[in-house]
Amino acid sequence: MKALDWLDHRTGYKRLLHETLFENVPGGARWRYVWGSTLAFCFMVQVVTGLALWLAYSPSSQTAWESVYYIQHEMWGGWFLRGVHHYTAHAMTVLLVVHLMQVVIDGAYKAPREFNFWSGIVLLLLTLALSLTGYLLPWDQKGFWATKVATNIAAITPVIGPSLQKLVVGGNDYGHHTLTRFFALHAGIIPGLIIAFIVGHIYLFRKHGLTPKLPKRRPDAAFWPDQVLRDAVACLAVLVVVLFLVFRYHGAELGAPADPSEPFSAARPEWYFLFLFELLKYFPGGTEVWGAIVLPGLLMAVLAAMPFIGNWKLGHRFNLAFLWAMMGGVAALTFLAIGADRSNPNHTIAVRTAEQEAHRAVVLARGPDGIPITGAVTLLRNDPLTQGPKIFAKSCASCHRYDGHDGLGGQPKDKASAADLKGFASRAWLTGLFDPAKVDGSLYFGDTAHKRGKMVKYVKEDVASLDDAGKKELAQAIVALSAEARLKAQREQDRQDEALIATGTKALIGTKLSCIDCHRFHEDGEELGTAPDLTGYGSREWIVGIITNPEHQRFYGAKNDRMPAFGEEKQLTPHEIGLVTDWLRGEWYEPAAKKPE
Amino acid sequence: MDTPSAPDSAPPPAGDRREFLTKAAAIAIGGAITAVPPIAGLCVFLDPLRREASAGASVLVASLSALTEGGEPRKFPVLADKVDAWNRATNVPVGAVYLQRLKDNKIRALNVVCPHAGCFVDFRPAQNKYHCPCHDSSFGLDGAILDPKSPSPRPLDELPVEIRKGTEVWVTFQNFRAGEHKKIPV
Repeated sequence: MKALDWLDHRTGYKRLLHETLFENVPGGARWRYVWGSTLAFCFMVQVVTGLALWLAYSPSSQTAWESVYYIQHEMWGGWFLRGVHHYTAHAMTVLLVVHLMQVVIDGAYKAPREFNFWSGIVLLLLTLALSLTGYLLPWDQKGFWATKVATNIAAITPVIGPSLQKLVVGGNDYGHHTLTRFFALHAGIIPGLIIAFIVGHIYLFRKHGLTPKLPKRRPDAAFWPDQVLRDAVACLAVLVVVLFLVFRYHGAELGAPADPSEPFSAARPEWYFLFLFELLKYFPGGTEVWGAIVLPGLLMAVLAAMPFIGNWKLGHRFNLAFLWAMMGGVAALTFLAIGADRSNPNHTIAVRTAEQEAHRAVVLARGPDGIPITGAVTLLRNDPLTQGPKIFAKSCASCHRYDGHDGLGGQPKDKASAADLKGFASRAWLTGLFDPAKVDGSLYFGDTAHKRGKMVKYVKEDVASLDDAGKKELAQAIVALSAEARLKAQREQDRQDEALIATGTKALIGTKLSCIDCHRFHEDGEELGTAPDLTGYGSREWIVGIITNPEHQRFYGAKNDRMPAFGEEKQLTPHEIGLVTDWLRGEWYEPAAKKPE
Repeated sequence: MDTPSAPDSAPPPAGDRREFLTKAAAIAIGGAITAVPPIAGLCVFLDPLRREASAGASVLVASLSALTEGGEPRKFPVLADKVDAWNRATNVPVGAVYLQRLKDNKIRALNVVCPHAGCFVDFRPAQNKYHCPCHDSSFGLDGAILDPKSPSPRPLDELPVEIRKGTEVWVTFQNFRAGEHKKIPV
């Protein structure tokens, strides 16, 4: 006790503690007074978890996603820390609105508490600014594209817009300085302002006292312990909800790394900004400034004027009606935005693609090569599984199909007019090719100029009339031809069937099947130019070759149907041809099957 | 705020028990919820303690012909794979060694890092010794401490060398903790 007295003599802590704990609560403790405390608690959580995240976060366009990935997937409890920070931010937004509603409903904004009310509105705006800046920091596709939209909207502010955007973005384009600026705002400038305003807010609150809810139900009491307990229970409830969400979703989402060259049609702001997003749909080009700036500005102005409006006879009722109308409007717009996305199949596909790419980015980052210095975005750009379907959909799917779709799961406008390339050169695919019932069907040559060509004729007549021994030889030849492709999926099978492949090779160049009457196969057969070369058929080099130039005499020569020379005509780069080839061949990194986590 | 009651002013006896429970519950709940964020942060803060020291890898550093028998030590960079948190880089500089060819095709390899505080030592041909530019530690050609008042707690760290195919000098590269008398790998 003596030590405490000594301390008190020098710090005066007892008086401070007393003032904190024994503030008067008019009418005794009530649940409706807890909201301010829950917000203070949330802010404390954000400061602590934010500082801890800062220990591992690195703001630059080559390290932001990577460091967040590392926090999320490699560091001890990193996913939990990120999750708490993320979902507490959501909770804080909800609680801010509840606090505001409670203040207006109870008339706590009226004189002499105007400044307290205004500082509260500033705190609301600052907290929303924290959400906006924090959304970008992981530098994933979602944050990147949502922020791009938000800063482009800032640019339509009259007069100062373009300069404002440049200042926020840190230059003409999005990059390192966008991140350093957003990080400084998010972790330094805005929290600093919030602390200053919280101090002012609490000072004014203490100066004017709590606004009692009349009539008082009980005599006045001290803050400690009844109201403290209620506040603590309310904070506990908030925390329980946050923790539930953290465990339910295993922390916060992390999308695929931001790629300015990769459009992202699933871009949406955080749910509590969806109403603004939806509102902008109703303003035709050139008038967005009304929806993005003027209208929200006016609403905020009315909100700020509430203490004055409240002085009129019907002012308080007006304020209440206004607030409910505004909340109703926000809710309706949010509902519309969610409904529009739900009923839009393209959005559903975009979200699914986004989830797949996010997952793939993590698989590659954890792969044996790790993340290169150029950043994780390179991993996806060089990944056949990610890029192959996109290139196929863009350049191949106007004629070809992949398992009946365009590679990405969609259906192109034009009807299929060339072979379905799923499993190209595999045993199953070739068996279908040599099926007289299928060869001129839509999966193979059915819709091409080759429908009346020699190969179709050969399959429909010669193959159809093969005797049992001939059929056996054909089956062996198919195995041998398929082995030329060296497909990853058949590697093990090809190794086991070494003897069969040798027999099949003999059949392939034998007189019974007479393949080499038209085709060339290694040293045997016709000169190139009459039919596609079967040497290395379906191998990487072979497919790259035919995509580069199908009119090369090694492939279709002058008999080429309509396939463009993608490489020769520079419609695709060699890199893209390689990616789509590897994808068709099933050559991409897969982690070795491990124990399920 | 002036309130008539004080922490130790006696409340009505009937409410005693109820108030005690309220206080206990407020403290318990308040304490528990306040502890959650710091604990979450502490895990991430302590994460580096989980990372084990990496074992030295054998690296091709030079060809034997680059060294003359009985010649001066020469400095060579050591290229190896490096993991830096999320980044993995192959064949990048991870350190350097001094190589000196002795008699009978023996090679001595010394890590250039001074065992005192981790600066890179220089070889000074004029004095035929290694010298650390930071705190003036000096070492003989065999890495031994020359000056008894040397700030360095141990000689320069010698590394295992192997000559493969008769021409390739391979060094098992490893860094050691600075400021210790013993060689403790880092």
